[in-house]
Amino acid sequence: MSRYISFRDFDWVLLVLVLLICSLGVLEIYSATLSTKFMGVHLKQVYWILGGVGLMFVVSFFNYQALLERVPLLYLISIASLVAVEVFGKKYLGARRWVQLGSFHFQPSEWVKLVLILAMAKYFAETKSECTAQDIVKAGALVGVPMLMVLVQPDLGTALTYIPIAVMGLFLGGMKARHALVILVLGALLAPVGWHVLKPYQRDRLTSFMEPEADPQRHGYQVIQSQVAVGSGGIFGKGTAHGSQTQGQFLPVPHTDFIFAAFAEEHGFLGAMGLLLLYFIVLMRLVQNAQTAPDRAGAFVVMGVVAVLAFHVLVNVGMVVGFMPVTGIPLPLMSYGGSSVLFMFLALGIVMNIRMRRFVN
Amino acid sequence: MFGRDEKVSQLRLTAVQYVLLGIFLVLAFGLWRLQVARSGYYSTLAEQNRIKQVPILAPRGKILDREGRIIVDNYPSFSVLLLRDQNRDLQADADKIATGLHIPPDELRARLKRMAAVPGYQPLFLKDDITPDELAFIESHKEELPELDTITVHRRLYPRNGFMAHIIGYVGQVSEDMLTQPQWELYNPGDIVGMSGVEQYYNDILMGKNGSRQVLVNSRGKEVGTLSDVAAVPGKQLKLTIDLDLQIAAEEALEGRPGAIVAMDPRNGEILAMVSRPAFDPNEFAVRITRDEWNQLVTDPGKPLLNKAIQAQLAPGSVFKVIMATAGLQEGIAQNLVITCGGGKTFYGRFFKCWIAGHGSHGTVGISKAIYQSCDSYFYTLAEKLGISRIAKYATMLGLGQKTGIDLPQEVSGVMPSEEWKIKNFKQKWYAGETISVGIGQGAVATTPIQLARAVGAVTSDGVLVRPHVAFPDQFPPGFKQVANYTDKTNIGLDQENWMTITDALAAVVSPIGTAPSARLPGIDFAGKTGSAQTISNQLKAKMGSSEKSKYKDNGWFVGVTPRRNPEIVVAVLLEEGEHGYFAARATAQVIKAYVEKQRTRQTQVAKAGGAAAGSKQAEVAAVWHEGDAKTPDKMQAGRFTVSADGKTKPVTAAPGVGGTDKPTSPADLETTESHVEMAHPETEPPAESRPTPPATSPELQAPPAAKKPGKPTITPATTVVPGRQP
Repeated sequence: MSRYISFRDFDWVLLVLVLLICSLGVLEIYSATLSTKFMGVHLKQVYWILGGVGLMFVVSFFNYQALLERVPLLYLISIASLVAVEVFGKKYLGARRWVQLGSFHFQPSEWVKLVLILAMAKYFAETKSECTAQDIVKAGALVGVPMLMVLVQPDLGTALTYIPIAVMGLFLGGMKARHALVILVLGALLAPVGWHVLKPYQRDRLTSFMEPEADPQRHGYQVIQSQVAVGSGGIFGKGTAHGSQTQGQFLPVPHTDFIFAAFAEEHGFLGAMGLLLLYFIVLMRLVQNAQTAPDRAGAFVVMGVVAVLAFHVLVNVGMVVGFMPVTGIPLPLMSYGGSSVLFMFLALGIVMNIRMRRFVN
Repeated sequence: MFGRDEKVSQLRLTAVQYVLLGIFLVLAFGLWRLQVARSGYYSTLAEQNRIKQVPILAPRGKILDREGRIIVDNYPSFSVLLLRDQNRDLQADADKIATGLHIPPDELRARLKRMAAVPGYQPLFLKDDITPDELAFIESHKEELPELDTITVHRRLYPRNGFMAHIIGYVGQVSEDMLTQPQWELYNPGDIVGMSGVEQYYNDILMGKNGSRQVLVNSRGKEVGTLSDVAAVPGKQLKLTIDLDLQIAAEEALEGRPGAIVAMDPRNGEILAMVSRPAFDPNEFAVRITRDEWNQLVTDPGKPLLNKAIQAQLAPGSVFKVIMATAGLQEGIAQNLVITCGGGKTFYGRFFKCWIAGHGSHGTVGISKAIYQSCDSYFYTLAEKLGISRIAKYATMLGLGQKTGIDLPQEVSGVMPSEEWKIKNFKQKWYAGETISVGIGQGAVATTPIQLARAVGAVTSDGVLVRPHVAFPDQFPPGFKQVANYTDKTNIGLDQENWMTITDALAAVVSPIGTAPSARLPGIDFAGKTGSAQTISNQLKAKMGSSEKSKYKDNGWFVGVTPRRNPEIVVAVLLEEGEHGYFAARATAQVIKAYVEKQRTRQTQVAKAGGAAAGSKQAEVAAVWHEGDAKTPDKMQAGRFTVSADGKTKPVTAAPGVGGTDKPTSPADLETTESHVEMAHPETEPPAESRPTPPATSPELQAPPAAKKPGKPTITPATTVVPGRQP
């Protein structure tokens, strides 16, 4: 096995696209936090990005196959860290999601995502193209266990992001159409049970998504204000630092979950479409990397990243334009937040890793 | 190596790409829908979010008396506004707001519901004149309840105790319900408009134009900038023809008895004083009046809301004889008519009593004696000779049975019966017998005090009829209402000889030979006519017991002038259940006296101009001042000030140039009138056992009962002004 790898094979195009999105994010964080108590956090975001890029380079040097071999261990650590959150975690805004390490607030559920991507890849790399019912149950359990643990934190948003990992794995693993049908029917049957399990505030979010005007003051408020922000941006936008919804703090958390709304208000339809296009190109580029991956496991890993990224974009932008309920899922690469940024670059590091080894053997 | 040869299905990867494309197309559609298709709608919403419209309320114009003294002022107070364009769930906040502002939650919810139809940029006035702790509640809940805002309101400050209440009227808020009615549709909810009196009649003058301020706010309601500022246009001040000195004299003369007084300058129709009692306190209307208080006012049998000077339609009684005399003389009948009064006379087979019946008779009566002795028999005869048509003609020429056109709302017309009138209203023929009662101002005749003042004023002014008004017409923009008419004068063409006869006879009324000798004013050329009118018919009265009878006492009237010919002032007094015309005559005398004295002191002062400041004499002036007592701050008190004239300062509100006079009110004059009491010849009632009680007022004219020491006279320098004479 040749160990020849080179930065010539590094996906510079992808990196540039990603950094472009990141810089738009930093710009919008700057604009949205002007004259708020969060003013200046865009600089912190820059440090996170720089750290993320560094991490990405480091990760791209290690052979991803070594990572895959250690998946059982990583998986156990993940479960353990989720248990640790339950036991030692800090309660913040009604949910126990964070562990404090030194001065850092660490959110294990983000990293679990990565481990799940690797676990799915490893699982399906070892199966044949046929995907049996047994495989579905096993893969489902792999994802389901940590997902349930995150749900009880409770962090519905993050828990939901585990689903596309499983779906993508099953789909690429060759799940048969009738199996998919059975799962869908089962899901539909279990939905009322799920509704029962949801916390009241989560139900409110869902109902206010259906009927925002019924409760304009609380949960509907975010939905309405977000649409007002996006809609009033018009085609050309109001300009950086001139969005009345963003600057007047009518838009909730405009530098994290609603950053896309803030961006759309200040940069209009043209800006928002450009940004969407960047995400689309990034995703296409990732799929292309999957197609050229040296092995089945590599392709699965890349597609897992695609699944997570696409899901985030879909749910977040969908929420901003009123197609999706408010779930508290950040927009990757844009939203302010260290865990999210580091996760993305770590994931991209693994993708680079795979890409750089595409000519191996 | 695991599954190296088994590549991932390229087909499925391509499928993923298409799914991704689909997702992005859907999201792009979402953006297009908001940002292109419905951008205008959301832009409006965004503007509403950040722009807050705050009204700036225009103060209403002050109301002044003829000398520029303030009668009605404004004082600042806070009102709570509920901004309805803040994208807040108001129903959800209703409980919290209701608790903090002490409003019943149900009432608040109901009002919110009613306001739903009104455009959202119009705020709702939640509560007026809020207390300091309510203000604190709003300030401390700015973030939680950004829809609450306070606004400085200029609230009306009226004289208290109902002083001038009926002329001034009161203001009220245009309610949400009223907006649906056509006369209010041009107003906005919360607008303060006049609801009666000059406040209503001259609302367009007094009411300013509210301005507004558009401010930029953030989501917490904090102002971050101003977009536009439209200044409020304050209302214009209104100068009334009322003379505060005379108004106070008139209020005092009525002594709180039910009735009315009108004092008018018959040369130009300027109303100098107008009182109606019982009265209401307009200050209670200045802030939202409770339903109970309102119902109490409406159902009060004394009808305190009614301005009796223009809204009481009552039989004029013997005052009508002035009109009868005019008609009789002008038609050439009365000059030669001499009758013998036998305590009454028989017409058409029925005996009509003269008031003298039981106390003797008037003997031989000509027109003069008929007037000053108020002989009913004479006027029955005259009425029979004139016939209803000619009586109605002169009465109508003198303005009876029709509105005088005074610039006050809701004036009533009264009734002057005639043949046509009866056919029109009763589909019946006029019976000649009815004419007889009309001859002494009974029967169907119904007049208002202002009509009688105007008619008697016209007769004594050689037949020149003027149009009464309470505001100077020259202060309005051209074409404003019917103000142009106020200079209207009609001359009914009275013969000189007849004029002399009537006026001399009227002067004799207050002489020892007349019906109201106790009202005589030495040194003043005072003339007038008494009247006492039955409120129910004699037949009905006969059926009642004495206790019931006392409930239906006669109304007392007097209309007096000075001087007797071409008078400067005519005063009509109505004392409801006043029994005898001479009680009303004495009240009239009090007002006339106050008028004459004021004229004389002014002349004296003109004569002494220059040397006036030398003495440290005191002068009395009427004024309305802010009373700063702790319980009811800032009420306005009408009354008199004694102004020292040591040259240092002059009171701000006092009449200009009164400072140097050396003629304070002399108590002597009124005392002399009491010596005439025993000479009284009351009408319709026996004089002997019902010797009239002397007037309750002490001879010295006092401030009204409640005219206590003004705690902090804010509009007058406290060092020089002391309150009016204390009892």
